[in-house]
Amino acid sequence: MLSIVTFLPLLVCAALLLWPRTLPDLAYTWAWIVTAAVDLALVIVLWVGFDSHGGMQYEQRVRWIPGAGVGYHVGVDGLSLPLVALTCLLFLAVAVYSLRETRRVRPYVCLFLFLQTVSLGLFVALDLILFFVFFDLSIVGMFFVIAGWGHGERARAAALKFFLYTFTGSLALLLGFIGLYLAADPHTFDIVDLTRTDPLAGRGLYAGLVLLAIGVGLAVKTPTVPFHTWLPPAHTDAPATGSAILAGVLLKMGTYGFVRIAMPLLPGTWRHYALVITIIGVVSVVYGALVALAQTDFKRMIAYTSVNHMGYIVLAIGAAGTLAGSDAQARSLAVTGAVTQMISHGLITGALFLLSGVLYDRGQTYAIGAYSGLAAHTPRFAAVTAVAAFAGLGIPGFSGFIAEFQIFTGSLASQAIATAIAVTGILITAALFLRALRAMFLGAPRLPQAISAAGVTDLRSSEAISSVSLLALALAIGVVPRWLLDVIEPASRAVIGLVAR
Amino acid sequence: MNENLTALIPEMALLGTAVLGLLAGSWLPRRRQWIVAVLAAAACTTALIATALTMTGGREQTVFSHTFAIDTATDVGRLIVLGALLLVIAMSVETVRGHRREAEYWVLLLLSGGGTLAMIGANDLLMLFAAYLLASIPAYALAGFAKDARGTEAALKYYLMGALLGTTMLAGTALLYGAGHATLYRQLRAALPAAPYGLVAVGLIATLAGLLFKAGAVPAHFWVPDVTDGAPTPIAAYVTTLPKIGALIAVYRLLHQALAGSGVNWPLLLAILAAVTMTLGNLAAFFQTSVKRLLAYSTISQVGYLLMALAVATRTDVAQRGLLVYLAAYAATNIAVFAVATELPHAHTLADYRGLARDRPGLAGVLVVCLLGLVGTPPTGVFLGKLEVFTATVNGGYTWLAALAVANTVASLFYYLRWLAPVFSISRPATVGDHTVLGRWAAASAYTAATLSLLLGIAGGALLPLTTGPLLP
Repeated sequence: MLSIVTFLPLLVCAALLLWPRTLPDLAYTWAWIVTAAVDLALVIVLWVGFDSHGGMQYEQRVRWIPGAGVGYHVGVDGLSLPLVALTCLLFLAVAVYSLRETRRVRPYVCLFLFLQTVSLGLFVALDLILFFVFFDLSIVGMFFVIAGWGHGERARAAALKFFLYTFTGSLALLLGFIGLYLAADPHTFDIVDLTRTDPLAGRGLYAGLVLLAIGVGLAVKTPTVPFHTWLPPAHTDAPATGSAILAGVLLKMGTYGFVRIAMPLLPGTWRHYALVITIIGVVSVVYGALVALAQTDFKRMIAYTSVNHMGYIVLAIGAAGTLAGSDAQARSLAVTGAVTQMISHGLITGALFLLSGVLYDRGQTYAIGAYSGLAAHTPRFAAVTAVAAFAGLGIPGFSGFIAEFQIFTGSLASQAIATAIAVTGILITAALFLRALRAMFLGAPRLPQAISAAGVTDLRSSEAISSVSLLALALAIGVVPRWLLDVIEPASRAVIGLVAR
Repeated sequence: MNENLTALIPEMALLGTAVLGLLAGSWLPRRRQWIVAVLAAAACTTALIATALTMTGGREQTVFSHTFAIDTATDVGRLIVLGALLLVIAMSVETVRGHRREAEYWVLLLLSGGGTLAMIGANDLLMLFAAYLLASIPAYALAGFAKDARGTEAALKYYLMGALLGTTMLAGTALLYGAGHATLYRQLRAALPAAPYGLVAVGLIATLAGLLFKAGAVPAHFWVPDVTDGAPTPIAAYVTTLPKIGALIAVYRLLHQALAGSGVNWPLLLAILAAVTMTLGNLAAFFQTSVKRLLAYSTISQVGYLLMALAVATRTDVAQRGLLVYLAAYAATNIAVFAVATELPHAHTLADYRGLARDRPGLAGVLVVCLLGLVGTPPTGVFLGKLEVFTATVNGGYTWLAALAVANTVASLFYYLRWLAPVFSISRPATVGDHTVLGRWAAASAYTAATLSLLLGIAGGALLPLTTGPLLP
């Protein structure tokens, strides 16, 4: 079942490629929308049948390359199932948004279908090499999205930078995985087996180096300061859909990797270096927020708030590794908050990037200063963007508040100073979002030269459906979060149990 | 004494067909010379079947006073060499069709291929040197096959370096013989630990010189770019793939079987050679604009990764697996890229590949799979090879080498992407005629090789068990 969910988009992608090229462009997009909708429906079925206290479920284990200790092992638990659902939803939203895409639609749709399989595969993978395969292929897929559909020649440079950075990270990750593999007896790459045996317990420096390699690999992808420099150009020059997937799904691969691999497989080392991780998280929070405040480019600003939001997650998982001064409940709260933040950030930032795509479509620029008084011309766009921005700064009622509240409450006991510093991130984020809203939507109407005399078009239905549906879910999580937290909490308690070993 | 000739069917099929092809080629009219190509392909197929039968029958043995070993490494090496040879034959069809020396071309390919097979199984220094000559001399002739200025220069450079380092290798053989009073690996293994250190060290380095020349590793790599650039493209594919397979397995056997117990610190020597080879190959490839020269330097850097497995040959038992898997994946991937270059005879520089994705999506797909494959992107075969080789290197205690290889892998990404970027460019169409294709055979070999390269990764589980088995003394 899980394999069907994962590989359905790839099958459709192959079918579309083999089909004669006579189909109109819209047929490809509709095929994509239907595929994404079916995939989402299947995930909802999985969710309904999911027993939140049952640990790893829908497991499937097939021998793949037994000689090398590599197997095809997939399954979902409370950590991965929400991310799988988020992936399906985001791809559906992006598919709907793409109804207006006219540039080389056939390869575009196929590339996104490929990316969907890769992203789903990563979240369900329970084998390190399988995880790595999908991790690397996501980089390849996103490289082509940015280079092929980004904004001009700059996009090619940004895509190259993105590829080089994240590929370096992935190779560091591979070295770490090899380190884990060699330490296990018998040698294996299976995450479940490695979690059970904890092969690096008490291995001092060796375990430290393995955590360093894995940590660097995941930190580049997340990204945290100081490995974040690929992110702003990649986002700025990527198409809106690519940015939404990059921020909504691909960044989660890094943070998910921490929760799925780094914490359970290297518990002792994780606890030992928890303070370092916490500090990196706090620095990302504050630095990301401050740099975002200084941006004059709307999309670049959102990109930096991603660094800030990912920082909260790193802070939480760092605090979850600090045993002193905290009890299991607080630490589990921090992990739950981290996972909720992954979902929340995917929904809200995904919507914000889609909206920034609308902005670029109308005015051919992201510069905040180029726009003024947009609310008068485009009331719907202004309203949706304002809602998304408020959700992004963590206002109660949206998922961001639930996530950040849990993170701060869970981290305060063990990392009081770090948490206090991180809270300032919320203030700065609020300031920068309000500043951007005021500059672009209020005041005397002024538009960039590129907009024709006929005036600027408001949000179209495909654009509205895609962004509003994401925000609606963020609102639903913010108001009635239990259905989500019930799934995440048992899994985060399990992770905390593993880290405390 | 075991003189079982049936064990040598693959070698004899290639060499016997070479003689037969030479005779047939002398009598056949020019338009029927393709019959020799069919003979060559039939010889490779026969040899493949014989190898498969040997593997399934478990008929591992050493023959002719233990000078030739038929064991796991030989079997897998034969499969790789013969499969690669078949692909090279297929991609050459259009290039030599109707050529006045067509039959000679196929005969030379077979002779050199036979020599490569002999290198793989050689279990004796003299046998190894004879195989070296058999593999090299036809290759010199092949390099100059086009008889144009660049081809002649390439052949001369290839020949001079080969002759110099071949003589060095013979001197090294003499020194090792002097040190160990034998040329058989099994006897050297017993005698070398007690032999004078300096003699063994110098003898080993001199012997390695010739083998490194065949593999195209630093410091014997200078011929690689010139021959790759000057020779016809299928020949370039040949000389950058098959001799490497023969030489690297031969070095592995020599180090593992003859020098395992000697006091010479050859693991460190090989590790340094690996580090230098991969780094220099990568740096030189960075700003190449000619496709064939870029590929030439890329093959040098790939040898660097392969040498890592040799450095840990006796330090870990997964080295052999890594070496063989990597060789198989490298052969398929490298040949696929060269087949694309053969199929597009008018595209010489990276810029000529502009817009290939639009004109020839199939070939562009092969390039994506194989260039990313050469980087080591999963799930291609080279990824599995790299995984195994890196694992072996870390396990063998050379973590620094694995880290350097990772850094080099990232660096290599730069020039492979420099090639891929124009392929997908839409901004300016290529000059008319740049993307005219050669014919069906070269395209078919490109697709087959790319599929193999992908399958070796996805279905690597089937290959790995075949590669584990002891070397026979």
